[in-house]
Amino acid sequence: MVIAVASGKGGTGKTTVATSLALALAESGRQVAYLDCDVEAPNAHLFLRPALDNYKQVDLLIPEVDSDVCTGRGVCAEACQFHAIVTLGGKTLVFPELCHGCGSCTLVCPEKAITEIPKSLGHLESGRVNGGMFFAHGVLDIGEPMAVPVISQLKDWQSFPQSTISIVDSPPGASCPVVESLRGADYVLLITEPTPFGLHDLRLAVQLTQELNIPAGVIVNRDGIGDDGVDIYCRESNVPILMRVPFDRELGANLAQGKTLVAVAPEYKQRFTDLYSHIKAILDDSGSRG
Amino acid sequence: MKVAISSHDGKLDTRFSSRFGRCDYFVLIDSESRDWEAKRNPAAEARGGAGPRAVQFVSEQGAGATITGRYGPNAFTALDAAGIQAFEADDGTPEQLIEKFLAGELKQVHVPTGPELH
Repeated sequence: MVIAVASGKGGTGKTTVATSLALALAESGRQVAYLDCDVEAPNAHLFLRPALDNYKQVDLLIPEVDSDVCTGRGVCAEACQFHAIVTLGGKTLVFPELCHGCGSCTLVCPEKAITEIPKSLGHLESGRVNGGMFFAHGVLDIGEPMAVPVISQLKDWQSFPQSTISIVDSPPGASCPVVESLRGADYVLLITEPTPFGLHDLRLAVQLTQELNIPAGVIVNRDGIGDDGVDIYCRESNVPILMRVPFDRELGANLAQGKTLVAVAPEYKQRFTDLYSHIKAILDDSGSRG
Repeated sequence: MKVAISSHDGKLDTRFSSRFGRCDYFVLIDSESRDWEAKRNPAAEARGGAGPRAVQFVSEQGAGATITGRYGPNAFTALDAAGIQAFEADDGTPEQLIEKFLAGELKQVHVPTGPELH
């Protein structure tokens, strides 16, 4: 079972929910794997404190053109969807930051003038939390715009038995890195705050899960602030609100010190295992009907 | 020399477009004969790399200079490689800008001057 935790808006509490959900499930005796896919700003390790003892480099293969062999016909430029390789006045030029590493240019080059050179994008790290829960995250190199290959390799790095519950901590937004992190998820938990900003981005996130055809439910964080726009939207769109975490200044102060929600407020252990049972029931129900 | 000016609508007498890679049209003017034509920019709808793609296009059209608002890093690198001179303007229509270009009133740029957009 793969549960992705996503949001649309940044700073709504994805990592707060994901870390505590994972800890509550692990403590209840389940096998849990935590994947922090927010590779631009991975921070779940600050809460879970895993012993990271496994490292893997992530590279992208970038074309390098042998100008002695290249005849400048532009077949590569024609093939590239991202215009990362262009032919100008018979000269072929590569823009490494635009390259998605698909290899099309190398395949189509009639002169075989292109070789592929690995370029660092970032790295992966993994380890165990207190000898139990599996943890892994991806870290994008500073200044590198290409997050998707790091997320993709993170998700394919290790495989788990069917009984393992994978918690995927997604990046904010609704663009390619989020799509990549949601790929293969059985259920998406969308974390929002009940404000016009939260609602605006929640709509985008809900549309994305519908586009990907993955069932989704909402957790309202900082409940009690803002307005009732999120409630009205969820009711009208048939998106279930599965949990509410009330706004609590003291709780915020504790989280800011790197404490987890379940450590500060142990009653959430039961609430999160109940949440998991609820999700499982939703999926079993839709499976038996479908 | 043929000069490529970024444009919203491909007309001579309307305000130029300050965006380079994703402008809708290029107005191509011969600075000696004043012959001109407008061509749709194939990079306007590019999934990525609009700057280099637009440079490839104006290069294929035989342009020796471009006029736009700002140049991002990728567009600038490509213009430099193609040997196309890059000029900046704040305002004006293509017919005004070509006169300013000929009078030497436009600033030629030698480094990227704008952010990398998408």
